[in-house]
Amino acid sequence: MDISQILFYALSAMALGSAIMVVISRNPVHSVLWLIVTFFAISGHYILMNAQFLGIVNLIVYAGAIMVLFLFVIMLMNLNAEAEPQKNKWLKLAGVVAGGCLLLVMVAALKQAEVKGQIAILGTGDIGLIKNLGQALFTDYVVPFEISSVLFLSAMVGAVVIGKK
Amino acid sequence: MHSALLAIDLFLVIEKLVLIVGIVSISLVIAMYETYAERKVAAFIQDRRGPNRAGPFGILQPLADGLKLFMKEEIIPNTSNRFLFILGPCLAMMAAMMTSAVIPWGGTLNVFGRPVTLQIADINIGILYVFGVVSMGVYGIMIGGWASNNKFSLMAALRGASQVISYELPMGLSLIALLMLTGSLKMSEIVAQQMDSTWNVLYQPLGFFIFLVCAFAECNRTPFDLPEAENELNFGYHQEYSSMKLGFYLFAEYINMFISSVVMATLFFGGYDIPFFNDAAHTDWGNWLVALQGLVLLMKVGFFIFLFMWVRWTIPRFRYDQLMNLGWRGLIPLSLINMIATAAFILWKSNGYKF
Repeated sequence: MDISQILFYALSAMALGSAIMVVISRNPVHSVLWLIVTFFAISGHYILMNAQFLGIVNLIVYAGAIMVLFLFVIMLMNLNAEAEPQKNKWLKLAGVVAGGCLLLVMVAALKQAEVKGQIAILGTGDIGLIKNLGQALFTDYVVPFEISSVLFLSAMVGAVVIGKK
Repeated sequence: MHSALLAIDLFLVIEKLVLIVGIVSISLVIAMYETYAERKVAAFIQDRRGPNRAGPFGILQPLADGLKLFMKEEIIPNTSNRFLFILGPCLAMMAAMMTSAVIPWGGTLNVFGRPVTLQIADINIGILYVFGVVSMGVYGIMIGGWASNNKFSLMAALRGASQVISYELPMGLSLIALLMLTGSLKMSEIVAQQMDSTWNVLYQPLGFFIFLVCAFAECNRTPFDLPEAENELNFGYHQEYSSMKLGFYLFAEYINMFISSVVMATLFFGGYDIPFFNDAAHTDWGNWLVALQGLVLLMKVGFFIFLFMWVRWTIPRFRYDQLMNLGWRGLIPLSLINMIATAAFILWKSNGYKF
């Protein structure tokens, strides 16, 4: 076990643990903060795979901007643990059944997949560096890239239209 | 397991540790004396004397202030969220300190035959790292303001967060124009290019101006200090804080000011490049040259810090809607135009100035 493997396991434990905390925290603000920790762990994984650009963009966009907006809304709504309405017992049971079904489907689907035997390549490969990534995006994948940018533009126009109302 | 773990270069670890401790303590000392400089500059502008009791010229004033903050009673409000209340100032301080990791502070030192670069981490994404850490700084404000369980603190925190997010956009856009010129995100590479040719500010004057304004806003400095507008919000997001936790918030602001001055000097004013002087021709000066370069960088930084203070004591605070209008309607279109013009010019140049 070398140092990148130790880091890999530590980051995985951190990602899973904080993701579980997102779900089980009673206070929504705590949930958001745990989600930020999850993003940090995922960014750590990106950096382990030498995808520095993806790692930092994940932090800037998700942890730095989107989560701030989440926090904004939740703080303004002032949701407290006490004010949270107690859910029906049957509703909780239904939730457990639905979640269990999803888990079952995912396990069944992934059991046959080829990724099972593969392990992540750590510390090698340089496709995640900004130069190579840019070259790949603007040559091989230029059409999907442009289409997704049009999608973003339309989302932006939509946001402005809604904001004007 | 043991062989791989022991394969780490011990000297590298020691070297980086010394660098980290050195840079952190330098930024702390500079931030400390910024508080003194701020009061002296304010006094000079308002035709007063400023602090002059502690030591000669009041030079020990920051120590006295720090001691006072440490000695004060620490109060944690009963209704606050205790853990987050403490986490807030810690995050603010941590985000402020972490930025300095990618800044090149000077050339390569020669320590007992071993080359030591005066930069903690020369990573591929240098300037994006700065952005990432800066966007983390918002959490210190937001968490602190929310955990105090006080509506004025909360409103101030939300103001601060929306201000920082709004001004990050034009800052990033003005940087894109600069990065199109340099073609690299590495801080060391950007400085090296400026050492060989002219400073980036000559190519990107508008970009620099936008960056400067956004840096003022990101640091919550006047004229953009809406989050701590005392006549509207009592005291700001740190109203419930006392003792050293309050000190951390105030201190983080001064460190941010120092770091953003360093970033501006590095990106636009040649970093540790000595003006009107060919550094490459004097490599025989060895470590003295590197020390001189570091000193020159600190002088440039000193000028920017003075600029921060000068503006603070000259220009009154914006109203909140003016602030948002300036950010979204003024700076963003301006930086977009700057970006497109730069891109068009680069394309024109690469075509050999033909259409």
